[in-house]
Amino acid sequence: MQEHIHEHIVVDTKKYYLVFAALMILMAVTVGVAYIHLGRLNVFAALTIAFIKATLIILYFMHVRYSSRLLWVFVAAGFFWLGIMFALSFSDYLTRDWLPRPTGWESE
Amino acid sequence: MWIFLATEVMFFGGMFLGYAVYRAMYPTAFAEASRHLDVWLGGINTAVLLCSSLTMALAVHAAQLGARRTVAIFLVATIILASVFLGIKAFEYYHKYEEHLIPGAVFEFPGENANHAQLFFSFYFAMTGMHALHMVIGIGVMLIMIALALRGRFSPEYYFPVEMTGLYWHFVDIVWVFLFPLLYLVDRS
Repeated sequence: MQEHIHEHIVVDTKKYYLVFAALMILMAVTVGVAYIHLGRLNVFAALTIAFIKATLIILYFMHVRYSSRLLWVFVAAGFFWLGIMFALSFSDYLTRDWLPRPTGWESE
Repeated sequence: MWIFLATEVMFFGGMFLGYAVYRAMYPTAFAEASRHLDVWLGGINTAVLLCSSLTMALAVHAAQLGARRTVAIFLVATIILASVFLGIKAFEYYHKYEEHLIPGAVFEFPGENANHAQLFFSFYFAMTGMHALHMVIGIGVMLIMIALALRGRFSPEYYFPVEMTGLYWHFVDIVWVFLFPLLYLVDRS
């Protein structure tokens, strides 16, 4: 392995099967949880499980766990910009009704 | 490849953002509309896609070891699973067509939230449609990889294209991992 410029670690297939089993279990959990009434926590639970599943896929199936720190930065950057987009958009949409419209403004 | 995937994150992210904003605006209409989707079909499709990610991971593994026939076999398995996914998706679309749930002139929805439910289905078809298109492209790329693998173009030193195909496919899987709960599951209880 050491002769290669790009050192690729061959992952034991057992790990793939374990990750796959975990993904299937998490899928069953997310379907099950969806039918329990938790109010707003339902969205939170669904998204948390989805993020765990995505992380498993990225780390193991996509080999990021065995990749260079530079690649970690690229992966994180993708989600970081997504976070910015969501944070700035929702800071607008969710706060529009917080303040009353000033009088004297005709709207609609 | 990861830079391309980052642009893809933003591409799908834009649609997820739009969905999230309108869902926050019209929660009842989106909940009603969401219940018209079939959890069973969506769930089976999730399982099928996760299986296809496993076979893809095993294909890349085989490529690392230089087993060209095994690469081809696992890629064929991935394509079969992808076709099953698309078949079920097509069946779901047809069902929506029969129920008049495709946005447009013939859209019919009981209750007073019809317009906002139509918005939900617009997002549903746009997001799952773009996802399906990505899968079709992925199948095309895999066919090329099978041809190259069988011609012996890959070796343990050079299997870069197979690995990149794998990354793309896992990305498509991740998109569905978020689409399934957000479209099908969130308003079930």
